[in-house]
Amino acid sequence: MQPLLEGRGLVKRFGQVQALRGADFTVFPGEVVALIGDNGAGKSTLTKVLAGAARPDEGGILFEGAPVTLERPTDAQRLGIETVYQDLALAPDLDGAANLFLGRELLRRGLAGRLGVLDKAAMRRRAVDAFARLGVELQDIDAPIGTLSGGQRQSVAIARAVAWADKVVFMDEPTAALGVLQRGRVLDVVRKVRDAGTSVVLISHNMPEVLSVADRVEVLRLGQRVATFTAADTSVEELVGAMTGALDEGRAA
Amino acid sequence: MSLGETTTDTGPGPGDDAAATTTSTAKSAGEAASSADVKDETVTAPDPRPDLSDTARRLARRLVRTNSAWTFLVLLVLMTAFSIMKPAHFPTTFNLRNVATDAAVLLIIGVGMTYVVITAGIDLSVGSVLVFSGVVAAKTMTGISDVDAGWGPILLGLLAGLAAGAAWGALNGFLVAKAKVPALIVTLGSLGMALGLAQVMTEGQDVRGVPTRLSDTIGNGRVLGVPWLVVIALLVTVLGALALATTRFGRRTYAIGSNAEAARRAGIPVELHLIKVYALCGLLAGLAGILSLARFTTTTIGGHTNDSLGAIAAVVLGGTSLFGGVGTIVGTLIGVFIPAILQNGFIILGVQPYWQSVAVGGVLIAAVYADQLRRRATQRA
Repeated sequence: MQPLLEGRGLVKRFGQVQALRGADFTVFPGEVVALIGDNGAGKSTLTKVLAGAARPDEGGILFEGAPVTLERPTDAQRLGIETVYQDLALAPDLDGAANLFLGRELLRRGLAGRLGVLDKAAMRRRAVDAFARLGVELQDIDAPIGTLSGGQRQSVAIARAVAWADKVVFMDEPTAALGVLQRGRVLDVVRKVRDAGTSVVLISHNMPEVLSVADRVEVLRLGQRVATFTAADTSVEELVGAMTGALDEGRAA
Repeated sequence: MSLGETTTDTGPGPGDDAAATTTSTAKSAGEAASSADVKDETVTAPDPRPDLSDTARRLARRLVRTNSAWTFLVLLVLMTAFSIMKPAHFPTTFNLRNVATDAAVLLIIGVGMTYVVITAGIDLSVGSVLVFSGVVAAKTMTGISDVDAGWGPILLGLLAGLAAGAAWGALNGFLVAKAKVPALIVTLGSLGMALGLAQVMTEGQDVRGVPTRLSDTIGNGRVLGVPWLVVIALLVTVLGALALATTRFGRRTYAIGSNAEAARRAGIPVELHLIKVYALCGLLAGLAGILSLARFTTTTIGGHTNDSLGAIAAVVLGGTSLFGGVGTIVGTLIGVFIPAILQNGFIILGVQPYWQSVAVGGVLIAAVYADQLRRRATQRA
């Protein structure tokens, strides 16, 4: 199968520190691929490079088989790639619809639109649809996001990314700050995104979570991909082994 | 590397403190359970109600959430009390017209200040910018003509004053947004600079000889019994409120104040927007300077030292949060009139009007305390 998004031999240095040392990464269409690795393995840097938030010093990125340059996040967004940031890039005082359309506000038609008047009804309608599609239930759609639970906020953040990305959504530790129940709900949302045909790159430390939701797992260690697994055929022990280097034979890429 | 990885969740907002974030894990299990209960309720409850009551409920919910509903109540109580105590003096057209005229200049500054405070900023310089703009306008008018000047020189003077105000605002915005100097410091600096330059230009003497055509119309004239000053101030208030509540500009103003980083990541040109907001605030200070000039036919250089603080107090009284992201122009309107009505009522009652400062100070602290409580109650970890 043709990979949807591919990083090849990516190198990224920050001064003396080499965060990526020829890292490869592959995303296939319609899958949840987990990107795992110990602290400092380069997960966040790799994500930033593939989402256009950082430029690689060496190496290339292929999108649907063709080389692309991602100078800034908007370049990636134009290709249908969005990122759900670890520290929730939401405006807590605005409601769900306003957050969903942050920076992409819909304007009314005609003169009012020329004056910059928002089409709040349309945004609200589309937000309700977008949340419903992912099974995100908000008791009060008009409540500021800051009044919601952590899980609901994370779901809104995901819905926001998915609403604009039809190809790939990167999620950096989407469940890190959540309790057990909320975690389960967010993972349901992740599955729904995949089922709707959008690929998900899940960055996570939580091995059972990775195994429960991911189709494939790619392991990063010291800035390089050291193994890839099919989630159904692997175990927590095997993943941890690949992460720490105890199991170097892996099923190397 | 680990640049991104070591930075743990700091919560979405500038108002969220670290303590709240660390407790999130501990209480999230119970929280999740309770939110599940609530959710089940909403799922099982049949909702055959027509749209009308639905919007009504939404409106009611929004009303309770806004602080301005409560401050409006305070204003109503004050006005009712003064009306009962002095029925022959307080609720008269003459008296209320005077109160409104006195409040007009502060209201216009307050509209601009509301935008700035919603971005989590502050503008201490508006009082000085008001004076500076008034001086520029007066100098322009008296420079090219005299007391009997026609509308041409007057218009030029007005434009010069507005431009001067907008320029100071843009400079403030540039220093805040691009140079990243804290707004408090930037505007404290321009507070001194604008007033100082105004005094340099006039050698400390108020400019007199403002065209009578200006003072007879805008300054002291009326339309349908309503002073021009009040008409202009209300027009600015309505336009400002509409722009804030219904336009993309307003929405982005809230977004930046709520979480500037989120706005930046969403592709909103945050720096440019901040410059525009501060320029708007300066422009309105310029307008206020012109109105003050028209009313008093002189520049009143020494008379505006408290205007900035008065405007900030009005904005905060009106429920706009100093943490940004929350606020309304209607609230500011109420916040301008609470001190104005208090002062007026005290004078009519024969109470020393200085008590007004004491009362407003207390109310102000109470308002901010209420805002803190509200934020703590609604912003979960």
